[in-house]
Amino acid sequence: MVEQAPHDPVATLRARGISKVYRTGEVEVHALRSVDFDLFEHELVVLLGASGSGKSTLLNILGGLDVPTAGEVWFRERCITGADDTELTLFRRNHVGFVFQFYNLIPSLTARENVMLVTEISDDAMDPAEALSLVGLSERLDHFPAQMSGGEQQRVAIARAIAKKPDILLCDEPTGALDSKTGILVLEAIEHVNRELGTTTAVITHNTVVAGMADRVVRLADGKVAEMFTNDVRLPARELSW
Amino acid sequence: MQALDRKLLRDIWHMRGQVLAIGLVIGSGVAVLIMSLSTLDSLNVTTQAYYERYRFADVFANAKRAPDWVARSVAELPGVQTVETRVSRFATLDIEGFPEPVIGRLISIPESGQPKLNRLALQSGRWIQPQQHDEVIVSAPFAEKQALRPGDSLHAVINGHRRKLTIVGTALSPEFVYALGPGALLPDDKRYGILWMSEKALEAAFDLDGAFNDISVSLLHGTAPEPIIQQLDQLLKRFGGTRAIPRADQISNWFVMNEIEQLRTLSTILPAFFLGVAVFLTHMVLSRLIATERSEIGLLKAFGYRSSRIALHYMKLAIITALIGVIIGWVLGVLAGRYNTEMYTEFFRFPLLIYRPSMNAFVIGTAISLTTAIAGALGAMRAAAKLPPATAMQPPAPPSYRRGRLGLAAIRWFDEATHIALRQIGRWPVRSGLTSVGIALSVGLLIMAFEWTDSIDYIERSYFFDAQRQSMAIGLAEPQSTAALSEFRHLPGVIAVEPKRTVGADFSVKNRKHRGGIIGVAPGSQLQPVYDETAARDVPIPDSGLLIANRLARKLQVVTGDEVWVEILEGRRPGAFVPVAGTFETQIAMPAYMNLDELNRLLGERPMMGYANLLVDSNAEDELFAKLKEMPAISAIMLRRAAIEAFHETLGSQILIFVGLFAGFACALGFGVTYNSTRIALSERGRELATLRVLGFTPGETAYILLSEMGVLILVALPLGCVFGWGLCLMMASAFDTELFRVPLIIDPSTYGMAVLFALFASVVSAWLVGMRVNHLDIIRVLKTRE
Repeated sequence: MVEQAPHDPVATLRARGISKVYRTGEVEVHALRSVDFDLFEHELVVLLGASGSGKSTLLNILGGLDVPTAGEVWFRERCITGADDTELTLFRRNHVGFVFQFYNLIPSLTARENVMLVTEISDDAMDPAEALSLVGLSERLDHFPAQMSGGEQQRVAIARAIAKKPDILLCDEPTGALDSKTGILVLEAIEHVNRELGTTTAVITHNTVVAGMADRVVRLADGKVAEMFTNDVRLPARELSW
Repeated sequence: MQALDRKLLRDIWHMRGQVLAIGLVIGSGVAVLIMSLSTLDSLNVTTQAYYERYRFADVFANAKRAPDWVARSVAELPGVQTVETRVSRFATLDIEGFPEPVIGRLISIPESGQPKLNRLALQSGRWIQPQQHDEVIVSAPFAEKQALRPGDSLHAVINGHRRKLTIVGTALSPEFVYALGPGALLPDDKRYGILWMSEKALEAAFDLDGAFNDISVSLLHGTAPEPIIQQLDQLLKRFGGTRAIPRADQISNWFVMNEIEQLRTLSTILPAFFLGVAVFLTHMVLSRLIATERSEIGLLKAFGYRSSRIALHYMKLAIITALIGVIIGWVLGVLAGRYNTEMYTEFFRFPLLIYRPSMNAFVIGTAISLTTAIAGALGAMRAAAKLPPATAMQPPAPPSYRRGRLGLAAIRWFDEATHIALRQIGRWPVRSGLTSVGIALSVGLLIMAFEWTDSIDYIERSYFFDAQRQSMAIGLAEPQSTAALSEFRHLPGVIAVEPKRTVGADFSVKNRKHRGGIIGVAPGSQLQPVYDETAARDVPIPDSGLLIANRLARKLQVVTGDEVWVEILEGRRPGAFVPVAGTFETQIAMPAYMNLDELNRLLGERPMMGYANLLVDSNAEDELFAKLKEMPAISAIMLRRAAIEAFHETLGSQILIFVGLFAGFACALGFGVTYNSTRIALSERGRELATLRVLGFTPGETAYILLSEMGVLILVALPLGCVFGWGLCLMMASAFDTELFRVPLIIDPSTYGMAVLFALFASVVSAWLVGMRVNHLDIIRVLKTRE
């Protein structure tokens, strides 16, 4: 394979013509309407959009959590659309880290154990303590979720997502449940991971301020890509405010 | 330890209430199985050990007076191991302070020590001393009932002579686990006792020096008793021998075996129902519990855990929960089995107890419980694992509602909270239905457990009150002419008197045989007529032919009009073909009746009777008893009230020991189901309930929504449970059909009431426990965290 030039970056994830229709009872909801989307290696993309714009659906499909009604998703040279459950499981296990709005920590496990939950099933994982120190939680290793603030919980979730050294980090409204100060701490952690580990990162938010820290911004509306632009300068997360 | 396993342990600790409640359900099922089979095994082993240790004989026979050389001939028969000859006679006893006459059976023992067969287990006192001819050892149950101790004395009319006997010891014997007086249906240890006396004293008293009238034989291992019986009969025939019997027909052993047989029925059928219900409930509860973990399953899948690995995790949860239940079941089952066996040992008065928990029960109970738990977990797991992780992590999509769905149009009359409860049921009809069925099953089990008392009451009422009207039956030492009736009629307090005669008989139709007896009744009998329990009326005794119990008709496979070969086991042992003149229904035993005159004709005798049924003015009872004690021709006095007492002690308490424990486990099961159903409903709807609290509902109103739904399900479950209970009782009644007695399908309304009340009580306690949790719902946390 020919080495790619820096100005022609490699697409880690490539989505083409993605549509998703949900049927809830008798109502059909078109969450995505033929979306094309690329996620390039090492970049940090912020997906903006109002509630119901389809951004979470897109992220779920990119991460192999959900399957599109139409269209194809490629991870590097492999088409993951139509992959069976086992293949999707392996894809998620080996390549994707998730961060959710509501942290989704296992309440009965400590911070370290929540991370271990993921490191135990991956081949080339970090030490859980190392992952937690990357997000600034070296002091909170043995705390249970109930003993931590929302921001801390979210950072545990990030540590859990990156501990297996994923190729892609997908964050769905990581600051959605947090105040701005805590939210910035969380964004800093994401930024740190993206810079230090070079993990390709997509962050979903409805908060336009967050767009400042991105390499590239994609705005979704009504299930379609409404706008896409590249930031000339990435703002450090700690300089954001809302 | 892996992180997932830590989660498992902490989850189990967190859900300990529910885990315990499921454990209680599984535990009840397993415990009942272990208890039942362990009791059964232990009783069998104990009985055999008792019989062996005390050399219980294999064949028994009687004669009028057989010289000792006959015993030597018997000993030479091939297959015979040991021969023991005795003198055995009945005597009327007079015990101070006890007005009623008591019958004693005098049995000879060597002065020098234990006999070779049918040895005694001395419970107190000592062995009789040589030359002390008035010393006796009495049977321990009789001594206890009469408060007799070594050193006490009593009077006996022995062969017409009144003698004072001194008690030197009390003993148990494998021969008299059940001591049945002549003509008695059930043992009555107060009015019938065994007295062991010096061989020499009895030989002298009955003029049997150098002779015997009772012989017991033990056989070499593997020898069939039938050929020995035939040869024994031949040898004893000219000495007035009645037919020899094998151990299987020995009356005490027959009773013990019958009891164990009943126990076997109880031990297989009840636990089967129980475990079946427990299995259903475990499956239901576990699958719902895991369904509430849907979002965690989704999350684990999002991390890249394989479905099989997640399934293993939840299987472990199910296995640990089941194991906790199994261990509860082991402990309770072993303890209850031990208690139950002790009760039976005490009841049977075994001098030893070998408790052996049944290994089969452990294996079966554990295997069934674990399999069910795993199946329940897998079913729910599969449903959750099928969903794409993104969907699994979200709350289930709300299903489409329609007004008036499931005929709930009327719900607009209720308030909003009730709407929610009713719509919730309408939304999950299968799950709601299963919950109701689960509660109903536990109600059904309770009804089945309680129903026993009703059946026993019914048997007592119909058998002792509707069918019998005499105050007492007087057994005669030898059959007498019916002319003796007038003698009884003139005794103090006697209002009416009727003759009766019973003879042992073999019935056979083709190759179907039954050994029983024929009761001869005078036409127009009022005191103890033939009584059909189902029709609740007297059946007139036909002039000729047999009137037999339906159960006997079924055993012999005959109908009215068929002929039965009857061989009388007394006197010249006549035999004849006798037609079946009719059948009737009775719950106890399998009696056959005949016209007394025809029975006498069959025997080739003048009008004779063996019993006199008396109706007595109770005010004159004591005077009558005093007269009866002086009449030498009397061998037994059977009071109806004593028989009722004996019935209570024998059948009643025996079954109630068992049923009491069953009822306990049924209650535990009922509570486990109700609590779990309510508790899981709370887990499933925590978010919804917290939302209601945010909207301004009070904790009480919030709890109402949850509990009113349960309330509706319980209301549906109660009548359904009564129907289940009826069905279970019906199955039990058809399964419980021994020769000694049947269990009629009788359910008193109060039994339904008791079961329903218990279910309601369990519901209220569960509701209270869960209601407390609603009070403490952490609204913010529930809303902030994921579903």
